[in-house]
Amino acid sequence: MIAIIDYGVGNLFSLQSSLKYIGREAVVTSDPEIIRNADRIILPGVGAYEDAACKLRETGMADLVTEVAKGGKPLMGICLGMQLLLEKSYEYGEHEGLGLIKGSVVPIKDVVPADYKIPHIGWNGLKFRGEKSPLFKYVNEGDCVYFVHSFYGTDCGDKTIATTEYGAELTAAVADGNVFGCQFHPEKSGEVGMKILRAFCEIGGM
Amino acid sequence: MITKRIIPCLDVKDGRVVKGIKFKELGDVASPVELAEYYTKAGADELVFYDITASSEGRKLFTDILTETASKVFIPLTVGGGISSVEDFDRVLKCGADKVSVNSGAIRNPAIIGEAAKLYGDQCVVISADIALVDGVYRVFSRGGRENTGMEAIDWIKKCVADGAGEVVVNSIDTDGVKGGFDLPLLKKVCDAVSVPVIASGGAGCINDFIDLFEEIPSIDAGLAASIFHFGEVAISDLKKAMADAGIPARLV
Repeated sequence: MIAIIDYGVGNLFSLQSSLKYIGREAVVTSDPEIIRNADRIILPGVGAYEDAACKLRETGMADLVTEVAKGGKPLMGICLGMQLLLEKSYEYGEHEGLGLIKGSVVPIKDVVPADYKIPHIGWNGLKFRGEKSPLFKYVNEGDCVYFVHSFYGTDCGDKTIATTEYGAELTAAVADGNVFGCQFHPEKSGEVGMKILRAFCEIGGM
Repeated sequence: MITKRIIPCLDVKDGRVVKGIKFKELGDVASPVELAEYYTKAGADELVFYDITASSEGRKLFTDILTETASKVFIPLTVGGGISSVEDFDRVLKCGADKVSVNSGAIRNPAIIGEAAKLYGDQCVVISADIALVDGVYRVFSRGGRENTGMEAIDWIKKCVADGAGEVVVNSIDTDGVKGGFDLPLLKKVCDAVSVPVIASGGAGCINDFIDLFEEIPSIDAGLAASIFHFGEVAISDLKKAMADAGIPARLV
Protein backbone atom coordinates (compact mmCIF):
# COMPACT_ATOMS: atom_id res chain seq x y z
CA MET A 1 0.00 0.00 0.00
CA ILE A 2 1.19 3.49 -0.90
CA ALA A 3 0.65 6.45 1.40
CA ILE A 4 0.17 9.79 -0.35
CA ILE A 5 0.96 12.39 2.29
CA ASP A 6 -1.97 14.70 2.96
CA TYR A 7 -0.91 18.01 4.43
CA GLY A 8 -3.56 20.22 2.88
CA VAL A 9 -1.66 21.07 -0.28
CA GLY A 10 -2.76 20.31 -3.81
CA ASN A 11 -5.16 18.17 -5.68
CA LEU A 12 -4.47 14.48 -5.24
CA PHE A 13 -7.25 13.02 -7.37
CA SER A 14 -5.09 12.33 -10.43
CA LEU A 15 -2.20 10.94 -8.43
CA GLN A 16 -4.42 8.49 -6.61
CA SER A 17 -6.25 7.56 -9.85
CA SER A 18 -3.00 6.97 -11.72
CA LEU A 19 -1.73 4.60 -9.04
CA LYS A 20 -5.03 2.74 -9.14
CA TYR A 21 -4.71 2.59 -12.94
CA ILE A 22 -1.36 0.77 -12.64
CA GLY A 23 -2.90 -1.59 -10.11
CA ARG A 24 -1.56 -0.10 -6.89
CA GLU A 25 -3.61 0.75 -3.86
CA ALA A 26 -2.96 4.24 -2.57
CA VAL A 27 -4.46 6.21 0.28
CA VAL A 28 -4.33 9.94 0.85
CA THR A 29 -3.53 10.20 4.53
CA SER A 30 -1.93 12.07 7.38
CA ASP A 31 -2.35 9.17 9.82
CA PRO A 32 1.12 8.38 11.27
CA GLU A 33 0.28 4.72 11.74
CA ILE A 34 -0.82 4.23 8.12
CA ILE A 35 2.25 6.11 6.91
CA ARG A 36 4.62 4.02 9.05
CA ASN A 37 2.99 0.82 7.81
CA ALA A 38 2.90 1.79 4.13
CA ASP A 39 5.21 0.08 1.63
CA ARG A 40 6.17 3.40 0.15
CA ILE A 41 5.40 7.09 0.45
CA ILE A 42 4.64 9.84 -2.03
CA LEU A 43 5.05 13.48 -1.05
CA PRO A 44 2.96 15.59 -3.46
CA GLY A 45 2.73 19.37 -3.61
CA VAL A 46 1.76 22.37 -5.69
CA GLY A 47 1.74 26.05 -4.86
CA ALA A 48 4.10 28.18 -2.85
CA TYR A 49 7.15 26.71 -1.09
CA GLU A 50 6.88 28.67 2.13
CA ASP A 51 3.21 27.80 2.63
CA ALA A 52 3.79 24.11 1.87
CA ALA A 53 6.87 23.86 4.12
CA CYS A 54 4.89 25.47 6.97
CA LYS A 55 1.95 23.11 6.52
CA LEU A 56 4.28 20.12 6.36
CA ARG A 57 5.77 21.11 9.73
CA GLU A 58 2.50 22.17 11.38
CA THR A 59 0.85 18.84 10.55
CA GLY A 60 3.82 16.91 11.90
CA MET A 61 4.36 15.42 8.44
CA ALA A 62 7.87 16.88 8.10
CA ASP A 63 9.23 14.84 11.02
CA LEU A 64 7.29 11.76 10.01
CA VAL A 65 8.41 11.83 6.37
CA THR A 66 12.01 12.31 7.53
CA GLU A 67 11.68 9.41 9.96
CA VAL A 68 10.28 6.93 7.40
CA ALA A 69 12.75 8.04 4.72
CA LYS A 70 15.69 7.55 7.08
CA GLY A 71 14.22 4.16 7.99
CA GLY A 72 14.73 3.11 4.36
CA LYS A 73 11.18 3.22 3.01
CA PRO A 74 11.00 4.28 -0.66
CA LEU A 75 9.85 7.89 -0.85
CA MET A 76 9.09 9.98 -3.90
CA GLY A 77 8.47 13.73 -3.93
CA ILE A 78 6.58 15.15 -6.91
CA CYS A 79 6.94 18.74 -8.21
CA LEU A 80 6.89 20.97 -5.11
CA GLY A 81 7.10 17.72 -3.12
CA MET A 82 10.48 17.09 -4.76
CA GLN A 83 11.65 20.61 -3.99
CA LEU A 84 10.69 20.11 -0.34
CA LEU A 85 13.10 17.15 -0.15
CA LEU A 86 16.03 19.49 -0.84
CA GLU A 87 17.90 21.54 1.75
CA LYS A 88 16.48 24.98 1.10
CA SER A 89 14.52 27.20 -1.25
CA TYR A 90 15.03 30.76 -2.36
CA GLU A 91 11.41 31.13 -3.55
CA TYR A 92 10.43 34.59 -2.23
CA GLY A 93 12.85 34.60 0.70
CA GLU A 94 14.84 31.74 2.13
CA HIS A 95 13.06 28.67 3.48
CA GLU A 96 14.31 25.44 4.94
CA GLY A 97 13.39 22.15 3.27
CA LEU A 98 13.59 18.61 4.63
CA GLY A 99 17.23 18.23 3.60
CA LEU A 100 16.84 14.59 2.56
CA ILE A 101 18.62 15.30 -0.73
CA LYS A 102 21.43 17.75 -1.39
CA GLY A 103 20.45 20.89 -3.26
CA SER A 104 18.48 24.11 -3.20
CA VAL A 105 15.57 25.64 -5.10
CA VAL A 106 16.06 28.76 -7.24
CA PRO A 107 14.06 30.66 -9.90
CA ILE A 108 14.24 29.32 -13.46
CA LYS A 109 14.34 32.88 -14.75
CA ASP A 110 17.84 33.32 -13.26
CA VAL A 111 19.31 30.69 -15.58
CA VAL A 112 17.28 30.69 -18.81
CA PRO A 113 17.48 33.28 -21.62
CA ALA A 114 15.06 36.19 -21.24
CA ASP A 115 12.81 35.08 -24.12
CA TYR A 116 12.00 31.74 -22.44
CA LYS A 117 8.56 31.68 -20.87
CA ILE A 118 8.08 31.23 -17.15
CA PRO A 119 6.52 28.98 -15.84
CA HIS A 120 8.13 26.15 -17.77
CA ILE A 121 4.86 24.50 -18.82
CA GLY A 122 4.60 21.53 -21.13
CA TRP A 123 6.11 18.28 -22.29
CA ASN A 124 9.88 18.13 -22.28
CA GLY A 125 12.42 15.34 -22.82
CA LEU A 126 14.37 13.52 -20.12
CA LYS A 127 18.14 13.40 -20.28
CA PHE A 128 19.63 10.85 -17.90
CA ARG A 129 22.61 11.64 -15.68
CA GLY A 130 25.06 9.05 -14.42
CA GLU A 131 24.03 5.42 -14.20
CA LYS A 132 20.37 4.94 -15.25
CA SER A 133 18.20 5.15 -12.14
CA PRO A 134 15.84 2.25 -11.31
CA LEU A 135 13.09 4.90 -11.51
CA PHE A 136 13.66 5.00 -15.28
CA LYS A 137 13.77 1.23 -15.73
CA TYR A 138 10.88 1.25 -18.22
CA VAL A 139 11.54 4.57 -20.01
CA ASN A 140 14.10 5.82 -22.50
CA GLU A 141 16.22 8.92 -22.71
CA GLY A 142 14.33 11.56 -24.70
CA ASP A 143 10.91 10.40 -23.50
CA CYS A 144 8.74 13.41 -22.70
CA VAL A 145 7.17 14.17 -19.33
CA TYR A 146 4.91 17.02 -18.23
CA PHE A 147 6.39 19.96 -16.31
CA VAL A 148 4.73 22.95 -14.64
CA HIS A 149 7.12 25.00 -12.52
CA SER A 150 8.80 28.38 -12.10
CA PHE A 151 11.55 27.26 -9.69
CA TYR A 152 13.94 24.32 -9.96
CA GLY A 153 16.40 22.33 -7.88
CA THR A 154 20.06 23.18 -8.30
CA ASP A 155 23.41 22.09 -6.81
CA CYS A 156 22.11 18.56 -6.40
CA GLY A 157 25.50 17.24 -7.60
CA ASP A 158 25.57 13.51 -8.29
CA LYS A 159 22.07 13.20 -6.82
CA THR A 160 20.69 14.49 -10.14
CA ILE A 161 19.41 11.48 -12.11
CA ALA A 162 17.81 13.39 -14.99
CA THR A 163 17.70 16.86 -16.47
CA THR A 164 15.63 18.58 -19.12
CA GLU A 165 16.65 21.22 -21.64
CA TYR A 166 14.91 24.61 -21.44
CA GLY A 167 17.50 27.13 -22.50
CA ALA A 168 19.53 25.67 -19.64
CA GLU A 169 19.85 22.24 -18.07
CA LEU A 170 17.11 22.07 -15.44
CA THR A 171 17.00 19.32 -12.83
CA ALA A 172 14.18 16.93 -13.77
CA ALA A 173 14.71 14.21 -11.15
CA VAL A 174 16.91 13.48 -8.15
CA ALA A 175 17.64 10.43 -6.04
CA ASP A 176 19.63 9.55 -2.97
CA GLY A 177 19.28 5.90 -1.95
CA ASN A 178 15.61 5.22 -1.23
CA VAL A 179 14.58 8.87 -1.68
CA PHE A 180 13.48 10.04 -5.15
CA GLY A 181 12.15 13.31 -6.48
CA CYS A 182 10.54 14.26 -9.81
CA GLN A 183 10.15 17.89 -10.81
CA PHE A 184 7.68 16.78 -13.50
CA HIS A 185 4.27 15.21 -12.87
CA PRO A 186 4.38 11.47 -13.61
CA GLU A 187 0.64 11.30 -12.92
CA LYS A 188 0.10 13.72 -15.83
CA SER A 189 2.76 12.31 -18.16
CA GLY A 190 0.68 9.69 -19.98
CA GLU A 191 2.19 6.26 -20.60
CA VAL A 192 5.73 7.42 -19.79
CA GLY A 193 4.52 8.73 -16.45
CA MET A 194 2.73 5.47 -15.67
CA LYS A 195 5.96 3.58 -16.39
CA ILE A 196 7.86 5.80 -13.96
CA LEU A 197 5.23 5.27 -11.25
CA ARG A 198 5.31 1.53 -11.93
CA ALA A 199 9.10 1.49 -11.55
CA PHE A 200 8.89 3.43 -8.28
CA CYS A 201 6.33 0.91 -6.99
CA GLU A 202 8.78 -1.91 -7.70
CA ILE A 203 11.74 -0.37 -5.90
CA GLY A 204 12.49 -2.36 -2.77
CA GLY A 205 13.01 -0.89 0.68
CA MET A 206 16.48 -0.65 2.13
CA MET B 1 13.60 21.06 -25.82
CA ILE B 2 10.03 21.80 -24.88
CA THR B 3 7.56 20.43 -27.40
CA LYS B 4 4.73 22.29 -29.11
CA ARG B 5 1.43 21.09 -27.72
CA ILE B 6 -1.56 19.84 -29.71
CA ILE B 7 -4.80 20.22 -27.83
CA PRO B 8 -8.18 18.85 -28.88
CA CYS B 9 -11.10 20.76 -27.42
CA LEU B 10 -14.23 18.88 -26.44
CA ASP B 11 -17.37 21.00 -26.15
CA VAL B 12 -19.61 19.13 -23.74
CA LYS B 13 -23.34 19.60 -23.36
CA ASP B 14 -25.39 17.37 -21.09
CA GLY B 15 -22.56 14.86 -20.98
CA ARG B 16 -22.07 14.65 -24.76
CA VAL B 17 -19.49 16.18 -27.09
CA VAL B 18 -20.63 18.87 -29.49
CA LYS B 19 -18.83 21.26 -31.78
CA GLY B 20 -19.90 24.78 -32.41
CA ILE B 21 -19.22 25.99 -35.92
CA LYS B 22 -18.97 29.75 -35.84
CA PHE B 23 -20.34 29.23 -32.29
CA LYS B 24 -23.84 28.65 -33.65
CA GLU B 25 -24.48 25.29 -35.29
CA LEU B 26 -24.09 22.32 -32.99
CA GLY B 27 -23.77 18.66 -33.90
CA ASP B 28 -23.43 15.63 -31.65
CA VAL B 29 -20.21 13.61 -31.92
CA ALA B 30 -19.43 11.04 -29.21
CA SER B 31 -18.83 10.23 -25.56
CA PRO B 32 -16.32 12.67 -24.02
CA VAL B 33 -14.65 9.90 -22.03
CA GLU B 34 -14.15 7.71 -25.11
CA LEU B 35 -12.91 10.65 -27.16
CA ALA B 36 -10.49 11.65 -24.38
CA GLU B 37 -9.05 8.13 -24.23
CA TYR B 38 -8.81 7.97 -28.01
CA TYR B 39 -7.00 11.31 -28.27
CA THR B 40 -4.62 10.47 -25.45
CA LYS B 41 -3.54 7.29 -27.22
CA ALA B 42 -3.15 9.22 -30.49
CA GLY B 43 -0.75 11.68 -28.85
CA ALA B 44 -2.83 14.64 -27.69
CA ASP B 45 -0.70 16.65 -25.25
CA GLU B 46 -3.57 18.05 -23.26
CA LEU B 47 -7.36 18.10 -23.41
CA VAL B 48 -9.78 20.96 -23.01
CA PHE B 49 -13.28 20.19 -21.75
CA TYR B 50 -15.58 23.05 -22.40
CA ASP B 51 -18.91 22.97 -20.58
CA ILE B 52 -21.60 24.65 -22.65
CA THR B 53 -24.42 23.48 -20.41
CA ALA B 54 -26.57 26.10 -18.76
CA SER B 55 -28.60 23.97 -16.34
CA SER B 56 -27.45 22.69 -12.95
CA GLU B 57 -28.42 19.20 -14.08
CA GLY B 58 -26.05 19.57 -17.03
CA ARG B 59 -23.34 20.83 -14.67
CA LYS B 60 -23.64 17.65 -12.63
CA LEU B 61 -23.41 15.49 -15.77
CA PHE B 62 -20.34 17.49 -16.77
CA THR B 63 -18.49 16.97 -13.49
CA ASP B 64 -19.36 13.25 -13.58
CA ILE B 65 -17.84 13.01 -17.06
CA LEU B 66 -14.80 14.99 -15.93
CA THR B 67 -14.25 12.73 -12.92
CA GLU B 68 -14.52 9.62 -15.08
CA THR B 69 -12.10 11.05 -17.64
CA ALA B 70 -9.57 12.11 -15.00
CA SER B 71 -9.56 8.61 -13.57
CA LYS B 72 -8.68 7.10 -16.96
CA VAL B 73 -6.66 9.73 -18.79
CA PHE B 74 -3.34 10.90 -17.39
CA ILE B 75 -2.50 14.00 -19.35
CA PRO B 76 -3.31 17.59 -18.35
CA LEU B 77 -6.98 18.50 -18.41
CA THR B 78 -8.24 22.05 -18.75
CA VAL B 79 -11.83 22.91 -18.02
CA GLY B 80 -13.70 25.94 -19.27
CA GLY B 81 -17.26 27.12 -19.65
CA GLY B 82 -19.46 28.72 -17.06
CA ILE B 83 -16.58 29.57 -14.75
CA SER B 84 -17.57 32.72 -12.91
CA SER B 85 -16.44 32.26 -9.31
CA VAL B 86 -13.70 30.77 -7.18
CA GLU B 87 -16.26 28.11 -6.18
CA ASP B 88 -16.44 27.07 -9.84
CA PHE B 89 -12.66 26.63 -9.86
CA ASP B 90 -12.93 24.50 -6.76
CA ARG B 91 -15.75 22.39 -8.19
CA VAL B 92 -13.84 21.33 -11.33
CA LEU B 93 -10.39 21.06 -9.71
CA LYS B 94 -11.82 18.54 -7.24
CA CYS B 95 -13.01 16.44 -10.19
CA GLY B 96 -9.51 16.18 -11.59
CA ALA B 97 -9.01 19.30 -13.74
CA ASP B 98 -5.48 20.71 -13.73
CA LYS B 99 -6.24 24.11 -15.18
CA VAL B 100 -9.35 26.20 -15.41
CA SER B 101 -10.04 28.61 -18.21
CA VAL B 102 -12.16 31.65 -17.62
CA ASN B 103 -13.67 33.81 -20.34
CA SER B 104 -16.94 35.76 -19.87
CA GLY B 105 -16.66 35.21 -16.10
CA ALA B 106 -13.51 37.34 -16.05
CA ILE B 107 -15.15 40.04 -18.16
CA ARG B 108 -18.04 40.28 -15.68
CA ASN B 109 -15.76 40.01 -12.65
CA PRO B 110 -12.07 40.68 -13.44
CA ALA B 111 -11.09 40.08 -9.77
CA ILE B 112 -11.67 36.34 -10.24
CA ILE B 113 -8.27 35.95 -11.95
CA GLY B 114 -6.27 37.33 -9.06
CA GLU B 115 -8.35 35.47 -6.46
CA ALA B 116 -8.00 32.12 -8.23
CA ALA B 117 -4.28 32.63 -8.91
CA LYS B 118 -3.68 33.32 -5.24
CA LEU B 119 -5.61 30.21 -4.17
CA TYR B 120 -4.50 27.72 -6.80
CA GLY B 121 -1.40 29.22 -8.40
CA ASP B 122 -0.88 31.07 -11.70
CA GLN B 123 -0.30 27.79 -13.55
CA CYS B 124 -3.91 26.85 -12.84
CA VAL B 125 -5.55 29.98 -14.27
CA VAL B 126 -6.05 30.27 -18.02
CA ILE B 127 -7.56 33.35 -19.61
CA SER B 128 -9.49 32.50 -22.73
CA ALA B 129 -10.50 35.39 -24.96
CA ASP B 130 -12.83 35.47 -27.99
CA ILE B 131 -11.44 38.15 -30.27
CA ALA B 132 -12.52 39.73 -33.56
CA LEU B 133 -11.17 42.58 -35.64
CA VAL B 134 -13.67 45.45 -35.64
CA ASP B 135 -12.82 48.54 -37.73
CA GLY B 136 -9.14 47.72 -37.55
CA VAL B 137 -9.06 47.14 -33.78
CA TYR B 138 -8.99 43.75 -32.04
CA ARG B 139 -11.91 43.64 -29.62
CA VAL B 140 -12.87 41.19 -26.89
CA PHE B 141 -16.25 39.51 -27.21
CA SER B 142 -18.28 37.91 -24.46
CA ARG B 143 -21.17 35.43 -24.29
CA GLY B 144 -19.67 32.92 -26.70
CA GLY B 145 -18.60 35.50 -29.22
CA ARG B 146 -21.96 37.22 -29.49
CA GLU B 147 -21.37 40.48 -27.67
CA ASN B 148 -18.67 43.07 -28.36
CA THR B 149 -17.41 44.30 -25.00
CA GLY B 150 -15.63 47.22 -26.62
CA MET B 151 -12.42 46.29 -24.79
CA GLU B 152 -9.18 46.34 -26.77
CA ALA B 153 -7.96 42.72 -26.85
CA ILE B 154 -4.23 43.09 -26.23
CA ASP B 155 -4.76 45.42 -23.26
CA TRP B 156 -7.29 43.00 -21.80
CA ILE B 157 -4.96 40.00 -22.13
CA LYS B 158 -2.03 41.95 -20.65
CA LYS B 159 -4.17 42.95 -17.68
CA CYS B 160 -5.29 39.34 -17.10
CA VAL B 161 -1.69 38.11 -17.20
CA ALA B 162 -0.60 40.85 -14.81
CA ASP B 163 -3.40 39.74 -12.45
CA GLY B 164 -2.14 36.16 -12.44
CA ALA B 165 -3.32 34.26 -15.52
CA GLY B 166 -0.61 31.71 -16.30
CA GLU B 167 -1.68 30.90 -19.83
CA VAL B 168 -3.67 32.54 -22.63
CA VAL B 169 -6.03 30.93 -25.13
CA VAL B 170 -6.69 33.17 -28.11
CA ASN B 171 -9.89 32.28 -29.98
CA SER B 172 -10.19 34.20 -33.21
CA ILE B 173 -13.83 34.67 -34.09
CA ASP B 174 -12.77 35.76 -37.59
CA THR B 175 -11.07 32.46 -38.43
CA ASP B 176 -13.14 30.08 -36.28
CA GLY B 177 -14.99 27.47 -38.32
CA VAL B 178 -13.57 28.79 -41.60
CA LYS B 179 -10.79 26.15 -41.72
CA GLY B 180 -8.50 28.53 -43.59
CA GLY B 181 -5.73 28.59 -41.01
CA PHE B 182 -5.06 30.26 -37.66
CA ASP B 183 -5.28 34.02 -37.21
CA LEU B 184 -1.53 34.62 -37.44
CA PRO B 185 -1.53 38.46 -37.22
CA LEU B 186 -3.62 38.40 -34.02
CA LEU B 187 -1.60 35.56 -32.47
CA LYS B 188 1.67 37.30 -33.23
CA LYS B 189 0.43 40.43 -31.47
CA VAL B 190 -0.55 38.46 -28.37
CA CYS B 191 2.74 36.52 -28.28
CA ASP B 192 4.68 39.78 -28.48
CA ALA B 193 2.63 41.27 -25.64
CA VAL B 194 2.84 38.57 -22.95
CA SER B 195 5.51 36.28 -21.53
CA VAL B 196 3.24 33.38 -20.51
CA PRO B 197 2.34 30.45 -22.81
CA VAL B 198 -0.10 31.29 -25.64
CA ILE B 199 -2.46 28.74 -27.19
CA ALA B 200 -3.83 29.37 -30.69
CA SER B 201 -7.47 28.52 -31.33
CA GLY B 202 -9.81 28.93 -34.27
CA GLY B 203 -9.24 28.26 -37.93
CA ALA B 204 -7.24 25.05 -38.26
CA GLY B 205 -8.45 23.08 -41.28
CA CYS B 206 -5.52 20.82 -42.11
CA ILE B 207 -2.09 19.67 -40.93
CA ASN B 208 -0.37 22.48 -42.81
CA ASP B 209 -2.25 25.11 -40.82
CA PHE B 210 -0.47 23.87 -37.68
CA ILE B 211 2.90 23.72 -39.44
CA ASP B 212 2.39 27.33 -40.63
CA LEU B 213 1.41 28.38 -37.11
CA PHE B 214 4.53 26.98 -35.45
CA GLU B 215 6.84 28.11 -38.26
CA GLU B 216 5.44 31.63 -38.56
CA ILE B 217 5.21 32.23 -34.81
CA PRO B 218 8.03 30.34 -33.06
CA SER B 219 6.95 31.70 -29.67
CA ILE B 220 3.47 30.15 -29.81
CA ASP B 221 3.16 27.18 -27.44
CA ALA B 222 0.19 25.19 -28.60
CA GLY B 223 -2.51 24.75 -31.22
CA LEU B 224 -6.06 23.93 -30.24
CA ALA B 225 -8.83 22.59 -32.48
CA ALA B 226 -12.05 20.63 -32.26
CA SER B 227 -14.04 19.51 -35.31
CA ILE B 228 -11.09 18.61 -37.55
CA PHE B 229 -10.02 16.11 -34.90
CA HIS B 230 -13.54 14.90 -34.04
CA PHE B 231 -14.50 14.27 -37.66
CA GLY B 232 -11.18 12.62 -38.47
CA GLU B 233 -10.08 15.26 -40.99
CA VAL B 234 -6.76 15.46 -39.15
CA ALA B 235 -5.39 12.51 -37.18
CA ILE B 236 -3.30 13.72 -34.26
CA SER B 237 -0.70 11.00 -34.89
CA ASP B 238 -0.25 12.21 -38.51
CA LEU B 239 -0.06 15.81 -37.34
CA LYS B 240 2.64 14.96 -34.79
CA LYS B 241 4.66 13.12 -37.41
CA ALA B 242 4.35 16.01 -39.86
CA MET B 243 5.50 18.43 -37.15
CA ALA B 244 8.55 16.29 -36.36
CA ASP B 245 9.35 16.01 -40.10
CA ALA B 246 9.20 19.80 -40.38
CA GLY B 247 11.66 20.15 -37.50
CA ILE B 248 9.05 21.38 -35.02
CA PRO B 249 9.59 19.87 -31.55
CA ALA B 250 6.74 17.40 -31.04
CA ARG B 251 6.03 14.64 -28.57
CA LEU B 252 5.59 11.36 -30.44
CA VAL B 253 3.82 8.50 -28.69
